Order: sequence, then C-alpha cells, then structure tokens
Amino acid sequence: MNTEFLAGGLTYAEWLPVIFIGLMGMAVLIYAILDGYDLGVGILLPMDSEHEPQRDIMIASIGPFWDANETWLVLAIGILLIAFPSAHSMILMHLYIPAAIMLIGLIMRGVAFDFRAKAAVDLKLTWDRTFKAGSLLTTLTQGYMLGQYIMGFNTEWNAVAFSCLSALGVTAAYSYVGGAWLVMKTEEELQRRAVSWTKNAGRATFIGVVAVSIVNPLVNPGVFDRWFTYPLVMFVLLIPAATFAIFVFNDRLLARLPKENDRYCRVPFFLSVTIFLLCFTGLAFSFFPEIVPGKLDIWEAASATESLSFILVGTAIVVPLILAYTVLAYRVFHGKASHLKYH
Amino acid sequence: MLDTLALSRVQFAANMSFHILFPTITIALCWLLFVFKLRYDQTDNPVWMRAYRFWVKVFALNFALGVVSGITMSFQFGTNWPGFMETVGNIAGPLLGYEVLTAFFLEATFLGIMLFGINRVPSWLHTLSILVVAIGTMLSTFWILALNSWMHTPDGFEMREGVAHVTSWLDVIFNSSFPYRFTHMLIASGLTASFFVAGLSAYRILKGDEKLAPRLALKTGLVMAAILAPIQAYVGDLHGLNSLENQPQKIAAMEGVWETERGAPLLLFAIPDEEQRTNHFAIGIPRLASLILTHELDGEVRGLNEFEGNHPPVKPVFFGFRIMVGMGMLMLVTAWTGCYLLRRRGELPRWMLRVMVGMTFSGWVATLAGWYVTEIGRQPWLVTGVLRTADAVTPLAPGNVQLSLSLYLAVYVILMYAYIHTLRVMALKAVKMEEFETETPSSEAAITNLPGKAEEGSA
Repeated sequence: MNTEFLAGGLTYAEWLPVIFIGLMGMAVLIYAILDGYDLGVGILLPMDSEHEPQRDIMIASIGPFWDANETWLVLAIGILLIAFPSAHSMILMHLYIPAAIMLIGLIMRGVAFDFRAKAAVDLKLTWDRTFKAGSLLTTLTQGYMLGQYIMGFNTEWNAVAFSCLSALGVTAAYSYVGGAWLVMKTEEELQRRAVSWTKNAGRATFIGVVAVSIVNPLVNPGVFDRWFTYPLVMFVLLIPAATFAIFVFNDRLLARLPKENDRYCRVPFFLSVTIFLLCFTGLAFSFFPEIVPGKLDIWEAASATESLSFILVGTAIVVPLILAYTVLAYRVFHGKASHLKYH
Repeated sequence: MLDTLALSRVQFAANMSFHILFPTITIALCWLLFVFKLRYDQTDNPVWMRAYRFWVKVFALNFALGVVSGITMSFQFGTNWPGFMETVGNIAGPLLGYEVLTAFFLEATFLGIMLFGINRVPSWLHTLSILVVAIGTMLSTFWILALNSWMHTPDGFEMREGVAHVTSWLDVIFNSSFPYRFTHMLIASGLTASFFVAGLSAYRILKGDEKLAPRLALKTGLVMAAILAPIQAYVGDLHGLNSLENQPQKIAAMEGVWETERGAPLLLFAIPDEEQRTNHFAIGIPRLASLILTHELDGEVRGLNEFEGNHPPVKPVFFGFRIMVGMGMLMLVTAWTGCYLLRRRGELPRWMLRVMVGMTFSGWVATLAGWYVTEIGRQPWLVTGVLRTADAVTPLAPGNVQLSLSLYLAVYVILMYAYIHTLRVMALKAVKMEEFETETPSSEAAITNLPGKAEEGSA
C-alpha cells in the first residue's frame, strides 16, 4: 500500500483515508497550539498570594478561548473514532489509565476556571491551585502518551523512562507557547516575567525536542531508514535545521524584549507556533501512513467508504466556517488582556 | 469484585448521568437568556439586563461542567466499548462527527463572545451570539439523540460480515423513535431549567432579596413550567406508544406485566420479583394500563414471559418509570398552584417559595429516572437486535476500570458539592448586591469596591 501511495494512482476510496489523516493531523496540530497556550498559561500561574492580580490577568487572557480550544481535542479524537475506529480502540486501550488521568486534569482546570470567579473569596486560591494542577496533569499525561505512542506502547523500563522524558518535554513546550502568548497579551511587570518564563521554557523545550529526535529513529528502525535515506536526507534535514535556527533566534529576541512601544511582542508567539509546526511535520513524516506505528496503517484502519464520504461532505462545508468564526472570535478579543471587560 | 462489563457499565452510567445534568439545564436556559437579552434590547428596561447578568453566570457554570464531563464521554467509546465502534462505527461515527462539527465549535466559540464580548461587539451581535449558542446546544441534542434513538430503533442499514453499513442516512437519522425522544428531551430540558430558575429565584426572595429581577425570573420559570408540564405528559404518552410498537419488552417491564393479558391493570405500586416472575404487594387500577397503551379497555398488553431471556431487568425499569411519572405529576401540580397563587396574590406566600426551593432540582430527578428507564429498558441490547452490550465491552482487566471509575466518582462527588455550594454563594451574593443596570458600569472605581468584585472578574 505504501509504495502504491508513493507511486500515485490511488482510487477515490483509497484517497479518503489520506484526506482524513490530513484532517486529523490538522486538528491535532491546531489543538496542540491553541490548547497548548492556554495549558501553558495554567502551568505558569504564580501561586503566591501577592500575585493574585497577575493570575487574574493571565486567566482573563485565555477566558474567551479555552472552551473552543479544547473542542479541537474532541474533533481530533472524533476523527480518529470516525475514520479509523480500530486504531482508536487500539490506541486508547493501551493508553487507558493515562487517558483517564488526562481527562481528570481537563475536568479540574475546566471547572476551576469557572469556580474561581464565583466561589467564596476564601476558596479562590484553592481553585487557582486546582487550575494549575489540572493543567500540569493534562500536559504531563499528554506528553507521556506521545512517548508511549512513539515507543509502540512498550512498557519496559526504558520505554517508560523515555515517555516520562517526553512528558516533561511536552510540558515545557506548552509552557513555551503559553509564555509567548502572555508576552503578546500582557503588559508591564507581568510581561517582563512572561519574557523570562518563555526564555527558560524555550531552552527546556529545545532539550526535549533534541532528546525525542535522537531516540525516535534509534528505537524505530523504519523511522531511521526514512530520515536517513539519500537523497531525501538532504531535504528533510532542513526540518531540524530550521527548528534549531528558530529556537536560537527566538532565544536571542526574548533576551531583548520588551522593546519600546511593545515592538515585536507578537513575534515569540508566532515563532513558537512555527516550532510546533516543524516538530509536528517531523513526527508526521516519521510515521505516515502508519496510524499505529508498526501495527496498523491508515488503509487497514479506515471505516467504510460511504461513511467517510458522508462525513466528508459535512467537513468540507463546516470546517471553513469553523475557521472563519474562530478568526472572528480572535479579532473580537485582540489586544492586551488587561483591557478585557467581562459580561 | 465486579467484572469489566459491570464496571464499564457503571462507569458509563456514572459519566452519562453526571454529564446529562448540565446540558439539561443549559439547553433551555440559553433560550431564556436570549429572551432576557432580547427584551432588554427592545424595551431598555434594566430589569431584563439584571436578570440576564445573574443567569448568564449560572449558565456559564453549568456550561463549563457540561463541557468537561462531555469530553470524558468522547473517550468512553474507545476506552470501554470498542465493540460498539467495530460493529456500528459506520453509523455512530458520522453522527458523533456531525455533532462535533456543527454544534460543539459553534457553541464554544460564540460562548466566548457571549460571556466576555458584551463590551467589545455591538449589542445586536452579542444577542445574536446568545441565539447561536442556543441553536448550537439544540443541534448537539439533535445529533446525539439521533444516535441514541437509532440504538433503540435501528433503521436504514444492512449487516455485511458482522458490520453495519448504511443504506439510507435519512432513515438512520429520522428513525422511528427519534422524533418522540428528541421532543421529549427538549421539553424535559425546558421543565428542568424552569424549575431550576424558579427555585433559585425563590431562594433569593426567601433570603430577603427585594429586587424585581428574581421575581421576574420566578414568574418566567413558573409560567414556562405550567405550559410545558401537560405538553410533556402528552409527548411522553406518544413516546410510550412508540416504544410499545418497537420495544414491547421495555413497556412490559415498565408496567410490570408478566403474562400477556387483556385488560391489564395500571400498577401504582408493586415489587416485581424476577426469580418467581411475579409481582408482590401489587396495587393497581384495573384495565387502565390497557386503556393507556392500546386506547381500549381490554386491549392486549404483551407480557415479559414472551421475551424470557431477552428482556431488561424489571425492577429498575419498573421503579424508574414510576419515579419519572410521579415527579412529572408533582411538577405539574406545583407549577399550576404557583401560577394560581401568583395570579391571585401577585406574590408567592413563603410556604410556596419553600416548595419551589425544594423543587429546584426536580427536573434532574425526572430526567435521570426517564433516561434510566429507556436505557436499562434497552438491555440486554446495546443496539436493539444488532449488538448485545456484553459483546461490545473492552477486554481490559477489571483493575483498570476500577481505578478510572473510582477517580471519576471521587471527582464527581467533589464537583457536585462545589457546584451546589457555589450556586448558594452566588444567590446570596445577588441578594446583597445589585447587578449592573446597563452594559457599561458607570464608574470603574465604584465596582472594585463592591464585595462581589471577584465575581465580575470572569465567567
């Protein structure tokens, strides 16, 4: 199937799984970026009592968005369920416990966000702690699941150790994009703090990305062959090279922020998004067209053609609409978060 | 220890029961908010805005709980019921997919504008956002009930090599029980929300709130309940007749009829005994079950013994049905009494306010009881005639499910406590302070001194 794909000449029925893995990839990537920044903001919450106003602004900066951001996770899981049901079962059965813990994390932060504003004043700090703990639980388990996915759900000690490393790497990456979001959306002291958070998180993310990039081809021979096959190697190595360059550039830029008139305050965010994009491309390139590495490819896992067609029609109409009103929401709430008014 | 099947069923029931509480309120509450905001736009009467401002906060709280418990649901199919997707995934998948695509994003995105955008967008766009959220919640109900109804009365498909394939999407979506179930659920939401609004408003008035807004909300809730309660009884009857046609074993369990009989009595109370296949302590009204179900005094009602080994457990269905109907009648009586008193005296007496507070969550009881009747009533099937529940469950070891179930239950108990507690805090706060009259507070400085400052900080 793989060689056939590379040679072209797919029928309509064979194209459908390719389209749906593309859609799912898009949903996962958008989720990682969008919920990534709001999870990152949760992780970065300073917990001492004197910084309560900063916590208010930080949470206000993600207020209008977090619900829609999380919906991309539901869409990604939904597409996996709809288009590749057997892969969905296989993946979630192996990741049963981490997935359950991640859901607890998502529940904790989702409700804490609302309760903190409405509960008795003395409970506000408790809900803020819940928000932070829920965010951490979510990112750690997501990173752990990514590691397990790369290691083919192996539960030997070294695979588990790698998954734990991946958990820290993903947490760092979310803090990176979350910090950069705050650099863009805040001012004054909080912005200065956000700059330094972002710089540190960026360096931690860099270590995480390097570690995953080295271990992935070493444990998965197929991945190694794919990356290091001449002449493709000349082209695909551009991905890590560009990632490295952007990391360094962003680090140097952050050392000089904030500037007069808040120039370049948006640049770190978009650079970190680009890094997400590149890392995601690298991972996708490593595994496509396999959906469960080494076990199942997208054609083996796909649903019936008529079901995919039925949902494709709706997707083609609705997804552009979703993107359009998402853009509308971001335009409505553009600018610094401290200027937000509520209700 | 329970096996994986039993634990997975309990976990699914727990997740589902906890989840349904919040959408049941938000589906209808969003329409109420739309009406409040629209009336304010039309009349400029600040009371409407004050009512809106209080209830939108309650709405946001309910919505958040609905969202997070809903995300859990989207994982349940893969984690605990892989056989469901393997057998009927070609049908369930696209229906769930359309729910996400057409409803979830719409709700979530416009919710942001609805909750935080009132000063950032023109008033008409804000009002429109409320309408869009309200439509989104109904679309979500539409798709999920289409799937649920299909599981009760599957249609528009054929089985090929043990896997369901669609032959007609229209027949799949508009299967025979769907119109009844959809209407029944929407009205259930309307009733739940109206008692919820009336109950919380009565609580505020009892605690000494002199303002107009809670009185307006109380009246709105009571009138809405008084109108919807009899309609619900009628729709419920139609739904029951549809079930009699499609799932006679469920009706037999609801009515506690063991032997097929003519002129079956309507049992007001009994203790069904599945081992001896009979009822104990039965008190019934002769012939009434036959009259209700067949509209003839000696109409034939098929008994459970015709479906031996293939009918649901009788006790939960039998009692669940009586709890639902009993609660429905109580709601009808309360709503009409309340409306009558309101008309005659202009204000509810304190004892009636206390009754309304007691009925705040009556909609939850009726809704849960109703869902238990219909879902347990489908057993032993997951999809009637197509897939048995026992054949769909995950091969995972029970220890895994036990751990996840304990985690969920612990979280749900804490959340339910926090939810009720927070509702009380919000209501008491509202007694003491005035909601803003207009869209823009007159002076920023004055607000920061109010005791409810934190409350204005977020959703």
